[in-house]
Amino acid sequence: MTERTETMLYLDGVSVSFDGFKALKNLSIIVQPNEMLAIIGPNGAGKTTMMDCITGKTRPDEGELYFDGRTDLTKLDEATIANLGIGRKFQKPTVFESHTIWDNLVLALKKPRGVFNALFYSQTAEDQARIEEILDTVRLSKRKDELAADLSHGQKQWLEVGMLLAQDPKLLLVDEPVAGMTDAETVETAKLLKDIAKTRSVVVVEHDMSFVRELGSRVTCLAEGSVLAEGTLDQVSANPMVIERYLGR
Amino acid sequence: MITQLLFRALDRKAIWLVAALVFIAIAVPVANLWIPEGNPLYLPNYAVPLFGKYLNYALLALALDLVWGYCGILSLGHAAFFSLGGYAMGMYLMRQIGARGVYANPVLPDFMVFLNYKDLPWFWNGFDLWWFAFIMVLFVPGLLAFGFGWFAFRSRVTGVYLSIITQAMTYALLLAFFRNDLGLGGNNGLTDFKDILGFNVQAPATRATLFALSALFLALGVIICSAIVNSKLGKVMVAVRDGESRTRFLGWRPENVKLFAFVVSAMLAGVAGALYVPQVGIINPGEFDPGNSIEAVIWVAVGGRGTIIGPIVGAVLVNAGKSVFTGAFPDFWLYCLGGLFIFVTLFMPKGIVGLFARVRARKGKEASSAAESGEDPTTLNNSTKSLGKPEPAE
Repeated sequence: MTERTETMLYLDGVSVSFDGFKALKNLSIIVQPNEMLAIIGPNGAGKTTMMDCITGKTRPDEGELYFDGRTDLTKLDEATIANLGIGRKFQKPTVFESHTIWDNLVLALKKPRGVFNALFYSQTAEDQARIEEILDTVRLSKRKDELAADLSHGQKQWLEVGMLLAQDPKLLLVDEPVAGMTDAETVETAKLLKDIAKTRSVVVVEHDMSFVRELGSRVTCLAEGSVLAEGTLDQVSANPMVIERYLGR
Repeated sequence: MITQLLFRALDRKAIWLVAALVFIAIAVPVANLWIPEGNPLYLPNYAVPLFGKYLNYALLALALDLVWGYCGILSLGHAAFFSLGGYAMGMYLMRQIGARGVYANPVLPDFMVFLNYKDLPWFWNGFDLWWFAFIMVLFVPGLLAFGFGWFAFRSRVTGVYLSIITQAMTYALLLAFFRNDLGLGGNNGLTDFKDILGFNVQAPATRATLFALSALFLALGVIICSAIVNSKLGKVMVAVRDGESRTRFLGWRPENVKLFAFVVSAMLAGVAGALYVPQVGIINPGEFDPGNSIEAVIWVAVGGRGTIIGPIVGAVLVNAGKSVFTGAFPDFWLYCLGGLFIFVTLFMPKGIVGLFARVRARKGKEASSAAESGEDPTTLNNSTKSLGKPEPAE
């Protein structure tokens, strides 16, 4: 049994129900520091609900939810949790379309989040260098002054990953990062996420099996709100329960 | 820090706007006071407070645009802040009348003598001092906005629900101010003003000064709003408008951002109301009418929300139109106003300013196929995209 205090994310016996429908049933997941975990599972397995619980959008009915070994997430709101160091990329890319790509990153950049901090903020050379660096990483340097609305679907995904990086989180929750991407982009994204996971914990929810294989991380399969199988991708996809409930024959 | 903020505020558009306002702050009084009657440039006496009123409405529209256009809060109760600022000014003006009232009571205003008041109600204390009254012009609307916003934004009331509550707020105030026992003149409100800071409110020179102050305070409002929307906070406001929960997951607190915008906006509306009252010579509960707040929303929509100049253009044009129309065809004005709102919502979602930006962007594209920098393509994209389908209320 792993000690809770050494984990980055610790879910124990988490249950959530909406109007009698049990979205999560006694879910327990552990993510270590600097570890990547891929979560797969059929629609309605509770993947997004799990992320909602971790980021404070939904309160679990039961169970323990700890970040960084000691912070109880069940008592905090979204903004506090985000500032603790949990970044989230949504399933549908959600960037601020009426802002430029540069401004999207400025908004995400890790800085004091108070109203007056924002009012009197001016970009330092250091901040600019950091944003340039992120733009390079997500390959949007040439388009930094364009509106985020004008990006393609895949590029929006990348911008959102860039915004995650700008937040400098300890834990990244990434929901379907390669939806709508070309094969080449998918490979690049896997590379980028693996790179990120060297210094941070990353939880990826994905349906694309070849992408999950590319990540080469530990895999957890969820179904009907609880863990169906855990292990390497080969172990999980060989599990007869997983084949029956998710992969199909 | 402050100088930096000011520097950012005065982008090219804002400088032109402020310069134009300073110009009319000088030109209108000159045309009224120093140019002889009969000269084509002469401005008759009745026109000065009328134009001043337009500028006060413009400041109200600008304040509303700060919360609606930039922060996505569709307030249908902004006339309440305007009226509260107006009442604070009205109370000061009432206390200036002194013994010159009909009943010649040195302390109590006429309506209190009439209603058999023995003493001044406690909240009238201090309003004989101009500086206290002027602080209240900011403080009372600001406090109401803070209290209201604190609860509403914290409980995450948004969209239509918030609009309805703001409407209810101004309606509740309307009913309260109609009551005689509130001690604020009831149905008749506050009127028969004599002096402001020792000058006769009716005198042409005072009216010209009040006009100039209206223009200058509008210019100040432009600088303040421009400083806010050009700062990072302004970007957060737009982010809250477009994706409130996304902003929250980035670690921002939309409720605080909205509260800030709402309070600043309410104070600007209060100043507008305070300048309005001495120029029209009366403040009564009718100013709280929900219809007034909705009219202000129309000015912003017509001019172009989410821009600094739009609400000013909209307020002045619609009110000038109102002055002309209510004179010529008094029965049709409300139909015109309603029709205008529907037309603008359907065909000009970015208002008059958006229309100009679109024409300019098209010309720019014809001139050179090179990408244009600045804001014009922005407005073009947004307006063409939302063309045809009515924009959501917030």
